[in-house]
Order: sequence, then structure tokens, then C-alpha cells
Amino acid sequence: MSLERPLTRNVRPDRSPTDLAAYEANGGYQGLRAAVGRLSPADCLQVLKDSNLRGRGGAGFPTGMKWSFVPMGENPVDASGRPAHKYLICNADEMEPGTFKDRLLLECDPHQLIEGMICAAYTIQADIAYIFIRAEYHKAAALLREAIAACEEKGYLGRNILGSDYSLTMHVHSSAGRYICGEETALISSLEGKRANPRAKPPFPQVSGLWGRPTIVNNVETLCNVHHIIERGAEWFQSLGLTADAGTKLYGVSGRVKNPGCWELPMGTPVREIIEDYAGGMEDGYRLRGFLPGGGSTDFLVEEHLDLAMDYDTIGKAGSRMGTGTMIILDDRTCPVGFVKNLTEFFARESCGFCTPCRDGLPWSAQVLDDIENGRGIPEDLDTLQRQVEFIGAIGNTHCALAPGAMEPIQSALRYFRADFERHIDGAGCPYCDGGQH
Amino acid sequence: MSGQMETTLIPVLSPEEIAEIDAEISHVPYRSAVAIDALKIVQAHRGWVSDESLRAIARHLEMSAEELEGVATFYNLIFRRPVGDNVILLCNSISCWIKGCENLQAKITEQLGINLGETTPDNQFTLLPVTCLGACDKAPVMMVGDALHENVDAETLTKLFREGGE
Repeated sequence: MSLERPLTRNVRPDRSPTDLAAYEANGGYQGLRAAVGRLSPADCLQVLKDSNLRGRGGAGFPTGMKWSFVPMGENPVDASGRPAHKYLICNADEMEPGTFKDRLLLECDPHQLIEGMICAAYTIQADIAYIFIRAEYHKAAALLREAIAACEEKGYLGRNILGSDYSLTMHVHSSAGRYICGEETALISSLEGKRANPRAKPPFPQVSGLWGRPTIVNNVETLCNVHHIIERGAEWFQSLGLTADAGTKLYGVSGRVKNPGCWELPMGTPVREIIEDYAGGMEDGYRLRGFLPGGGSTDFLVEEHLDLAMDYDTIGKAGSRMGTGTMIILDDRTCPVGFVKNLTEFFARESCGFCTPCRDGLPWSAQVLDDIENGRGIPEDLDTLQRQVEFIGAIGNTHCALAPGAMEPIQSALRYFRADFERHIDGAGCPYCDGGQH
Repeated sequence: MSGQMETTLIPVLSPEEIAEIDAEISHVPYRSAVAIDALKIVQAHRGWVSDESLRAIARHLEMSAEELEGVATFYNLIFRRPVGDNVILLCNSISCWIKGCENLQAKITEQLGINLGETTPDNQFTLLPVTCLGACDKAPVMMVGDALHENVDAETLTKLFREGGE
């Protein structure tokens, strides 16, 4: 059986980028032609809602529902007489530890993202679109700028797209670092030229986002799906998934596996199939102890969860989150305490510093983990960590989801690998020092 | 003489820098909205953002230098201190950690004599840690300048540092 892989159909084995001619030769910009000037924005929105597309950036929020909160209708100027823009922003700030899927889409098929974005912008009637891309993705940013210029020349972007009365301008904003920029309201602050502090919600960006105007922020992979859905329909998209969640998903595996990588597979592919068939199983001499299903801010799952379907609901019910769908494997020669310490130090470093539980709490957690890892731990440290998990991890105690996300690997490590923590404390040091990663 | 005094006292942007910054200003509602773009543009021309550069940018964007400093120091890839000709961005996030980025860091320190945040005396290299570079299937990875290096080992390092950068 050959699998349908709409998102990676233009990805070549050598990962060379697909240019406009090659993209069009393989059916590119047909979704745009089907949408702009042919379908009403309301029709496009309905197809998206029916498709059950959920955000691929980690949260899994239904895309159509997110868009449905954008005010529609004629409103050419705002109260102060300025042009009443609406914005679409692509979040290409891929920085979640262990996540390497958007880079593939950006570098191999920039036109796919642009076509998806034009269709998305048309649906919400945005007239300006931004691609917010992390500073380190130089190659992708250059390809996107080139692709945008090619589209302007071809009439896919700019004034009166394909002769319709719809116009769209697209810009690439290359960022200047900081993980927090991936949080959608922090991203908006950053795009406005400010420190990337997240904002309180409500108001939600759909109503008051970039420069106070209605704004939608979506992940790269989410937007890459949009024109496929409009062109081929909601039923087709639903049929791609193996479980209740629709579509395909870019899954990845990193860590001590034989063939680390990223593959587009039907949504709901079992974890075991991804790790064993696609990633080739564990490297010789290593056994699997656990895995983070979708990036550094998801809870550990363990061997008993290998036969679960990788979709939002199934992984959620198992006590974790599918997140970005890129798994990080913990092997039996890598210290779970060291693993969690690395993640916690990362989140502590990347806190924007706005709210106290995150700014002061995360360095405290990192310090406790450092003490345990380096033989200075005491039994009460585990209670301290547990309290931190409960206070910092509770949604509502912090300004955004960074710190609660940081608590997820800690709380699940305490559950599944508690004996390892205790061995560090009892033995006054790391038992993995002898040849392992610690 | 007085002209010379002025150029040393009043920090200025070059015509190229101004043109690039103004191109960004053309599509935003107010000038300070391009603060980050402007810092990046000036940094691309000058290697880093000095106090003088910061004041010049702030004046051009009609914002206070203090406010711009708040922005500049928030972002880890805006350099408020001089850096070497080649900035090494060493990924130390989880997948690279599993694959031994700490050993890699030790080897870099051994070969170049610099720790994180330091620059070699010949000004060739600056070593900085960076957030997950999104190439975890090729861990450990690092960037030198704009180039990504995958599956980095001791041999890669020796070759890179002998050639002096990219």
C-alpha cells in the first residue's frame, strides 16, 4: 500500500528546494486557483472546519474554529481612519527542543507554505502576511524571499491575485533568537519590535493581535495543509488519518535510534511503528526506557505506551501530549535526572522573566536537579520538586504556558524514574557516570 | 575641525544602513516597530551593536536608547559586545545532549582555548550556546556563521578550525 503524503510529495532525497516551475509542474497553486475568486471566504472556512485540521505547532487547537473568531465583513478603515488591516502570521520559529519538522517543509518546499498561507489569508481576508522565522534558518529565509518574489511576478501575490479583487502582501521577518517567540502572543510582541513578553488573553489575537488588529498565528505544518484541504475536500483529508484525528502528520524520532529522522505518516500511526519501522529501533547496545512524544515540554511515556496511536486524544489520555509529534528517546544508558536537568536548564534560560513562578521558579528547579545529579541531593529534594511541579505546573499561576510545559518532563520523570532520583541521592552521585550520558 | 567633532559626538548610521532600515519602516505603522530589524541590519554591517550604534538606531527610530537597549538585550542573537569573525552556535538542547554535546564543547574549549561566551585572542571565533537548531536527526549539530554542521565530531572540529571558519 502506498501512503499518501501531500505535505512531503515535493521533498527530494537530497533535500534540494523545489522551485516555482517544479512546484507548479507537480500540481502546485491549484488550491489557490480553486479558492481565490472561486470560493467565498465563508466556504473556505467551512471546508477547513469540516476537515478537523488541528494546529500542528503543539497545542492541537482546531484550526477552523480558531479562524472563525476573526471579525469578517467590510471594514476598510478603523476608528482613527487608518487602513484596517488584518494579519496572517506563519510561526516558523521552530525551537521546541527535539523538534525538526518545519525546517524540512521550509527548506524543501517553500511554495507549499506560501500557497497554504495565501489560501489561509484569503479565508480570513487578511491583506498582510508575515512569516516569522527563527534567525538561524538562513537558508529557509532566503528561499522564502525568493519564492515570494517569484509569486509576485506570477500574480499569486500582490494586488488583485489571479485577477480577483483580493490582494495580499507577504513579508519575511527573520527573528533574533529566544524560544519564547514561539508563543503566539510573544511572537506578536516581537514582530512589533518589542521584548517578546507574552500577552494576557483575552483579548485574543483573532480580535486584537498585531498592532491591535485581528491576527491569526499558525504553525508552518498547519498552514501547509490548508490549500490541499481546499482543493481536495474535507472528506479526503479525514480519510488520511487512521484514528479520529484527520490528515497526515510529520513525525520525528531523535536520540539513540538507528535511523533518526522525520517522516510524513497517517495521523494516528502507532508509536511503535514510528520508532521501530521508520527509526529502525534502538541503536545496538541501547534499550528504550521512555520517550517524550512531542518535544521538550511533553510528559514522558514509557514502554507500555508503545502501541498507542500518535494522535492528540490518545496521547493526551495517556497523560502526555502529542505536542509537535517529534519524539525524543530516553535510552537505558542516559541518565533520566541529567536528561530532565538539561531540559529544565533550557527552560530556565529561555524564560522571558515576566512572571515570578517562571523567572524564579525554573532556576530553582534546575538547581535542585543539579544538586541531585551531582551528589548534593537530599531526600526532601524530591518533595521540593513535587511542590514545584504542582505550583508552577498549574495553569493560571503563570503568564503563559512555558513554565507549566517545563514541569511536564519533571513530573513524569518523578513518576516513571523515581528510583533513579533516589539512587542519585542515596549514592551521592550519578550512577550513569561510568560510560553513560549523564 | 568642528565637523570632525560632530561625527565623533553624534553617532550616525551609514546611508546603506538607513536605506535598509527605511525599507522595513515602509510597511509598519510606526518607526520603532522595526527595532529588531534595525538592530540586525546594523549588526550585519558592523559585527555587533555598540553603545554608539544603539543610540544612532534609537534616534533614527524616534525612540529612547533605553527602550531600545531593553529590546536589544532581550534577544540572544543581538550582540551588545564584540564577537569574533565566526560565531559558533553550539546546540546544547536535549537531542544534542544525548549525543554528547558536552564532550563537543570540551573539545572546542581544548582546541580554541575559549569557554561559552568567549572570543579567541585572534578574534577568529566566539563560542555561544544556542536553542535546539531543528536538526535533531543529525545530532550533535552546531552552526559556524550561517552554515549548519551536522553529526559533528572531533574530526569536523579540527578541519573547521584549521580552515578558520566556514
